[in-house]
Order: sequence, then C-alpha cells, then structure tokens
Amino acid sequence: MNEFTATAGLLIVLMFGLSYRLIRGPRVYNRLLAAGAIGTFAIVLLAVMGYLFERPDMFVDLALTYALLNFIGTVAVAKYLENHPEEHEPGQPGEPPEGIAG
Amino acid sequence: MNIVGLIVMSFGLFFLTVTVIGLIRLPGFFARVHAVSKSETLGLALVFTGLMIHEGMTLVSLKYALIIMFVSLANPVGAHVLTRAAVRTGIMPLQVQRLTSQADSEADQQGEAR
Repeated sequence: MNEFTATAGLLIVLMFGLSYRLIRGPRVYNRLLAAGAIGTFAIVLLAVMGYLFERPDMFVDLALTYALLNFIGTVAVAKYLENHPEEHEPGQPGEPPEGIAG
Repeated sequence: MNIVGLIVMSFGLFFLTVTVIGLIRLPGFFARVHAVSKSETLGLALVFTGLMIHEGMTLVSLKYALIIMFVSLANPVGAHVLTRAAVRTGIMPLQVQRLTSQADSEADQQGEAR
C-alpha cells in the first residue's frame, strides 16, 4: 500500500462525509454546495488515480475536463434556481424552517 | 515519493478534511459556503502542488498547474454565483433570521395588547 492508495481511500471517505450534506441538507442550496464540493474532490481523486493506474498523463486530462464541467454545472443550476424560485423544494424559499435554518 | 511533495500533499489533505468538517458541522448556508469555497480551493492547490513536486518538469506537471489556475479562478466565482442566487431568492443569514423573528413576535405581542 503506497501513499497514493492511502490518499485515494481518504478522499473517498471524505466524499461520503460530503454526501451527508447532499442527502440531508436543508433545501436545495446546501445540496448544490455539497454537489460542487464532491466534484472538486473528484478532480483530486482522478489525478491521484492516475498514479494508481500508472497513467497520470491520461488521467490529468480527465481531471482538467472534470474541472471545467464541474464549474459549468454549478453555475448553470444556480442561475436556473435564481430565475425559477418556484422550483425550490417545499419548505418555502423565503421563510426560515424550524431548527437550524439556511 | 519525494518527502517534500508528501508533506505538501498531506497539508492539502488536511485542508480538504477541514472542508468536510465545516460543511457538516457549521450552522447555516452562508457559513457553509464560507467554509467550503476557501479551504477546498487551498486544499486542491496544495495536493496538486505536491503532485507537481513528485512529477518534476513534465507536460503533466504543466497541466496540474493549469488545473490549479483554473480552479483558483472558478471556485470563488461558483461560490459567489451560488450565494447570490440564495440571497436573491430570500435565504437570510442566521443572525438576521433571529432578529426578524424576534421583531415579529414582539409585534404579535403588541397586537394582542391592543
């Protein structure tokens, strides 16, 4: 087990931690934030996986492409939600829900 | 692997761990954005710097530098777009929420007194 295997394992565990907020997170913006963070972790994971498969020259292109797509995806969904407030989850966009809000 | 690269990469992984802890533990959407957007960018930049030190002067290393530059530009912009959408659709920071709910309850009490 070398250092790249350990790094990839830690990153996967961290991505499971992020998916807690993706699944539970109150309302759509927390979910979107967690999805973008998972995308960024996936960039790092792809670059590290390049050394596990001993092809870093190929995986770095995948990581670069994923960085572009991740940014486009987050901005597109955020812009859509900004222009379509009726698409929010039931839980009313304007009013604070019970407990910890946001 | 080079010991310097390993140390830099470990620092990056530390910051990525801080990102996850902040996203899970902090209260309120804006505090979470603050935790994620900064420490995530720094963690990614440090991990890729470690990989660059490991790789040496190659084309792959140049592409790592490209990824670092692009993410350093794109991640804050993405966080800003997300936060602006949240503000414009009426999500308030926690402190403002407490104040307004207090004011609402006081107004209710005064309405009952009248």
